[in-house]
Formats: sequence, C-alpha cells, structure tokens
Amino acid sequence: MPKYVVATSDEIPPGESKIIEIGGRSIGIFNIDGEFFAIRNSCPHQGGPLCKGIVTGFLESPTPGTYHYTRKGEILRCPWHNWEFDIKTGQSWWNPTQRRVRKYEVHVETGEDIEASSSEREKGPYVADTFPVTVEQKYVVIEID
Amino acid sequence: MGNWESPHFAQAGVKAIDCDIHNEVPTLQALYPYMSDFWCDYCQNSGFRGADANDYPRGAPLTAHPDAPSPWDIDLEHVRQRLLDGWNLEYGILNCAYRVQSVHNPDLAAAIAHAVNDWQIEHWLDPEPRLRASLVIPSQIPELAATEIERVGDHPGFVQVILPVRSRTPYGNRLYHPIYEAAVRHNLAIGIQYGGAPGTQPSPTGWPSTFLEEYAGMTQVFQAQVISLVAEGVFNQFPELRVVLIESGFTWLPAMMWRIDKEWRGLRNNTPWVKRPPSAYMREHIRFTLQPIDAPPTSEQLLQMIGQLESDEMLMFSTDYPHYQFNTPDEALPSELPASLTRKILHENASTFYQLPQAR
Amino acid sequence: MENTTTKRLKYPVIDCDIHNAVPPGGLSPYLSQRWQDHHKTFGLRGQIGGYYPRALLNAARHDAWPPSGLSPGADLGFMQAQLLDAWDIEYGVLNPLIPVGEQLNLAYSAALASAVNDWQANDWVEPEPRLRASIVLPYENGDLAAAEIHRCGPNPAFVQILLLARTREPLGNRKYWKIYEAAVEYDLPIGIHFGGNQGPITGAGWPSYYIEDHGGMPQAFHTQVISYVCEGVFDSFPTLKVVLIEGGFAWLPPLIWRLDATWEKLRSEIPDLKRKPSEYIRDHFWLSTQPMEEPPKREYFEQMLEQMDMNDKLMFATDYPHWDFDAPDRALPSYLSAELRQKILSENARNLYAFEKGT
Repeated sequence: MPKYVVATSDEIPPGESKIIEIGGRSIGIFNIDGEFFAIRNSCPHQGGPLCKGIVTGFLESPTPGTYHYTRKGEILRCPWHNWEFDIKTGQSWWNPTQRRVRKYEVHVETGEDIEASSSEREKGPYVADTFPVTVEQKYVVIEID
Repeated sequence: MGNWESPHFAQAGVKAIDCDIHNEVPTLQALYPYMSDFWCDYCQNSGFRGADANDYPRGAPLTAHPDAPSPWDIDLEHVRQRLLDGWNLEYGILNCAYRVQSVHNPDLAAAIAHAVNDWQIEHWLDPEPRLRASLVIPSQIPELAATEIERVGDHPGFVQVILPVRSRTPYGNRLYHPIYEAAVRHNLAIGIQYGGAPGTQPSPTGWPSTFLEEYAGMTQVFQAQVISLVAEGVFNQFPELRVVLIESGFTWLPAMMWRIDKEWRGLRNNTPWVKRPPSAYMREHIRFTLQPIDAPPTSEQLLQMIGQLESDEMLMFSTDYPHYQFNTPDEALPSELPASLTRKILHENASTFYQLPQAR
Repeated sequence: MENTTTKRLKYPVIDCDIHNAVPPGGLSPYLSQRWQDHHKTFGLRGQIGGYYPRALLNAARHDAWPPSGLSPGADLGFMQAQLLDAWDIEYGVLNPLIPVGEQLNLAYSAALASAVNDWQANDWVEPEPRLRASIVLPYENGDLAAAEIHRCGPNPAFVQILLLARTREPLGNRKYWKIYEAAVEYDLPIGIHFGGNQGPITGAGWPSYYIEDHGGMPQAFHTQVISYVCEGVFDSFPTLKVVLIEGGFAWLPPLIWRLDATWEKLRSEIPDLKRKPSEYIRDHFWLSTQPMEEPPKREYFEQMLEQMDMNDKLMFATDYPHWDFDAPDRALPSYLSAELRQKILSENARNLYAFEKGT
C-alpha cells in the first residue's frame, strides 16, 4: 500500500486539520490531542467538502432538557446538510453502518524511518513541493490503496 | 331518514370499532345540572352561551351528512340505532368537541369541563356499555386539566383525553407534561381532534377567510403538533403515551415523515433526545382515525399511500358521524384494501390501541 | 481553490434560488440620508420574538465564507467561483433574504425595498450576466408594493417578485391583490420563499426548536396554496404564476386531494370559484426542488412524482450559500429519466423566467 508524506507533524497542531490532494483524492488530516486521523473530504450524502465543516463535540441526552456534551473536537459536521461524522471512525451519527466516510491509515514517522524505507513510499505533496524530508523532523504519513 | 343501510362488512357479521362518533353538548343549559349554583348563576347573569367555537358551522354541508341530523340533535338512542345496532359495532368511541379552551377564565373553563364529563357519564357511558368517551379538559391550564383527569380518569368509560388540534402552544411543549403524566397514570390515550378555538391564528401566516380554507388547511396544524410531540421529546419522557389524530386525514403523513427525517439527520443535535428517526416515533406512538380519507383519485394511488406509511397499525376505522365524509355507508371503508389490512383497520388496531376488552 | 473545478454536467443547469447578501454599507448608496439615519437610530424592526438560533452561523455552509471576510453570499467573485463556475450554471435567480417586507414601519419598508432592488441591479446583475434578480417588496401594503413593481418591472434585471412564506395574512387575501395586478402587467411570476416572521410560526402556536421552525416550513406553503385557490386569485388574474421556493414538494399531492375533497363538500361557501382546486394548482404553481425530498425508497419518489403530475413545474435550486444546499450533480435521484432531469435542471425554469428579456 503506497504511503504518502503529507505534512510535518507540527504543521497540524492539536485541534487543527489540513486538507491535502493525493492520488486524485481530497483528504482531511485531523489532529485530535496529538493523534492523527484521515478521512475522505467528500460526504457520502451529496459529495459536500466534508472536511471543511465545523468540528464539534458529541451530544447525547438521556431525557428532554438534559445535554451531555463530550468528545469535543472529535465530531465533524458536513458543511452541506450538517450530518455528523466521527473523525476517528468515519461513521455518520445517524446511520453508522451504511453512511460512513472513507477513513485512511495515518501515522507519524521520523525522517530517519522515511529515508530508510524510501523505496516503498510515493512522494507526497509535501515532499514534492519545496521541503525535502530531513532526518531531524517527524512527518505525517498516510497509506492509500 | 333516508338512505342509511348498514355497510357490507356489517351485513357479513364483521364487528367493527368506530373511533370517531360525535356526542355534542346541545346547549350550555344541558350542563347546568352538573355545575355549582355559583357557576350556573355566573353563566346565566352574564348571558354566556357556552363554549361552542363554531369550528363546525351549524349549517355547513360538512357538519352533518345529508341523511343525518345535526350533531347537536344526536342522542344516545340515535347512536344506538344508527351505528351500534345498525352497523353492528363492537365499540364506539365518542369524541365531544366542546371547546373549553376558548374560555379564558381558567376556573370557568375547568367548571365547564367538569360538567361536560359528568354529562357524558350520565347520558352516554353509564347507560351504554358499547360506548367509550373522551375527557374534555381545560388543556390551556395543564394543572387544572390534570386535576380533571385525576377526578374522572378512572371511570371505565373514558379511554382518552381530547386535545383540539389548534392550540396556543404546540403539544410537545413541556408545559403540558402534567396532562401526559395524568393520562399515563390513568391509562388514557391522547386524542388530538380537528378544530379548536385558542384565539390564535390557525396557520403560520394569519387567518384564512373561509371555513373551507380553514378545514382544508387543518392538516398543517396536525403536522405542527406531530412534529412538536416528537421533537420536544414527549415520547421520550412518556414512553407509554398513545396518541391518535382524529379527523386529520393521513395521506399527508409520508411526505411529512420524509421531510422531518431528513431534517433530523442534520439537526438531531438540536433535540438530542430524539435518538431514532422521527418517523419511527410516529409509527410507534401515533394512530389515525380513517375519515376523512382525503383519498387520491385512484385506488392504486390510495394503496401506494397506505404502503408509504410503512405500518399496517396506524389506521383505525371511523365514521366521523354525523359529519359528512362519505356518501353511502359502503364508502366508509375503502373496498380495495387487502383483507388482512381491512381486519386491522376495522377492529384490531383500535382494540389494541384503546386496550378494549373483547366483547362477549 | 478547491471546489472551483468545473463539474461538467450532461445538461445545462439553472439555479432558481441563490441568496445574495449585503456587504457592510452596501445599501448606503441606494438609501436617502433620511433612511440611513433612521436605520442607524432604530435598526430593523419587525415582529421580533421568534428566535430559533440556527444550526450554523448565517444558516450558511461552513465552506461558503469568502476569504475576503464578507458574509456568505456577499462576495460576488467568490460566489462566481464556488457556484456559477463550479457547476457551469447557465442562469441563477437571486432571492435576497433581507427583512424588507417584514418592517413594521411601512415607509421604511418601501425605502429599503427600493434600495435592495437598486443594489441588486447595479451590484449583481449588471456585472454578472448569468444572474437575474427578484424584486423585493414592502408586501404588507398593496399600494407601496405595486409602486415598487412599477418602478422595477420594466428592468430586464428582474425576472420575479419575491414574497416570503410567512406573511401577515394568507397571500390570497385581497390586501395583496395590487401586487398581483402589477405582476401580471409585467408578466413577472410571484416567488414565495421559505421564511418570514409575522406571529406564531405554526397554526398551533410557537414551537420550541429550530428543527420545528425549519422542518415545519411546508405548513406555511400549505396555507398559501389553499388561500390563492380559494380566494379566487387565479380567476381574477388568469395569467398569474406562482413559484414555491425552498418548500420542498412531496407535500403537494396530499394537499391537492384534501383540498379537492373539502371543496366537493363546501363549495357553496365559494360559489364563484370556476374550477376544481387541483386544476388551478397544476396550472398556476411551480416548485423549486430544494430541499430535495429523500424518501426511504425509490418507488415512493416515483409514486409521488406521478401523483403530483407536475413534471413541467419542478425547477432545480441550490439555495446557495445555505447549509441545506443541494448540489446540481448529486441532489436529483440518479434514476430519473434523462428527459425529466433536463426539465428539472433547466428547461422548466427557462420556460418560466424571461431570462432573455433584455438581450
């Protein structure tokens, strides 16, 4: 499975995201408390740019008038029609099994590791642009089939 | 009185339950025996003529079938002869449309409701075991309404509480919770009935000019109430609550379900207690009396609409007697329905909904 | 910029509902000093008391905020890129949702209407030939509204008159007839758009939540359709055309049956009505598709279209830049026939609106 280097790890601080174009696909990379997640930037509903939606929390209610608001920063709402998606799983709230957005494996690698395994790695836009991978840095790497 | 044969199903010996028969209070004076001296004097001295809202204008063709008397002239003997015996009904559900909600004095409204219910017990329920009735309550003051439900809710003849579909505040609002608590406690259904006189406009856009417009447009008020009940969490708070829409039509329901389910996918955050699609709550908790059907022009389309409900439990047979909703008795029940559905509509759905004992 | 790649569709697209917004100070060139001062001193005053905070700021798509810092819909260049170019839209109809007709001060309502209309003609239609505008009105007063129609009607920038769904009285009421008299004079359709705020937003009073406000809007459209038919508007104005915008459409067939059935019983109350209600409805009403109906089964959608029998009257709309935006390439069900798709996406609108009037 090809890997793409898509950002330096400090380029997307916790609570932030970055949209990248790779392999003809638009993908959003999200940093939630230091952990990275990647999902397709296209809503399964009408194809809206999902990753440009607002990031919010998860709201539950045991009974009318009570609001339990948790997991702030982990729920994404599509800018078109407001469907909620779990950034960590790609599942929609209202129909988690059938309405989900494609999720990609993403992790952080050191420049050293990347250099060492460069044969199995496609060049990502970060690399392709201006900055070469250096051994001192850490990078966000995404796997796409 | 003309052409009022019994319909085919009755001739074939099939027992039905009629979920909408009107028993109207003939005059305010008829209630005096059930009111205190003070309230009788108060009404008499003020010249108050009663809480008739003219939401069924007396001469309007819809108000009485050409072969039926005026609703205000119908008594127990007539209902027995016409429907209970004539149509071989197992049960008939009475829906009194006396609009105590139009009276702003809360104590008078409560006193009148009290009188209407005692009048129903004496004139309708006690003498006729095949009849069931609906409590009239001052729903505009939910605490007083709950008091009235507590007072007579255990009478075995009452099976539901009437809320006129027009209201000052939609019925999902939490201010009505005392009514639902009391209804659940006494195992009563909620019947949301065509009409009402809350003094506020009957549409989101002012007052229509004619009765025709108001009657035709009442479906949108029913829609507002259904949306309110689901969105504001009444069925979450009261999972046992049963609601029937009376004289509402039902062909509007599928489109409304699609719209609200779509809204919910994006806006469920707004009412997070609504955990399932709104249509799921509607199918579980809400029923419809059959008349008026507001049927499409073809049988095929009527079957399509019934299919789109995605439930065979929502419709319950009704005549809406004496209102003019069909010409001949055989038109009271569409003939194109499959037999199993006919059985459910005529009998099973209402028997289950109202938890009626099997008659011997 | 993303989203600016043209998504070429097989068929041309006409968007019947685009919302242009006023940038700060945008109306000043078109308002007299007297009304500018009034606005600064008293602001907008309608029947306030119906707040339902919306799901999103400005009810807008979160991706529709222009880099310029203006509000969604206020930046023509951004709208061109994100909407008109992105989907190669042939024509777009502007429906500005500025609370003009709701102003309690009728003189201000009229001044504001003129300002908004002049701003649309100069700042939107003039620089962008794909756009046409709707005339906003002080619609609660027939004389003032008619005067504004006479002022703007001859200008080819305008292809429609814009009213809102929640008016103070049902729109068939005679107080609005001067609007229709002027509309037919210029052959301008009446567009009735989602919105308005003139008292309790349901016939059962004020509900509590935004989902009831937003999802309950078809109720206002019900009332308007019934009112137009029963008050005899189409007998008095046989060429009048009414477009229901952002109301959806699946609710219409059951309403048609209900209205016909009620009329059969109660026609003696309006004996002058010449035809069955359903006939007026199918002849005089058009509907925009957004928010697109999404029934759980395909067959329901097909049944509904057949029951409605108004394939020549459905017109596509995006509702840009609002959050319930419908995408031209994705909103319509994939199983619609090519012929119907073409009608909905552009043909029906091209037949209704006089886009080429000035050219």
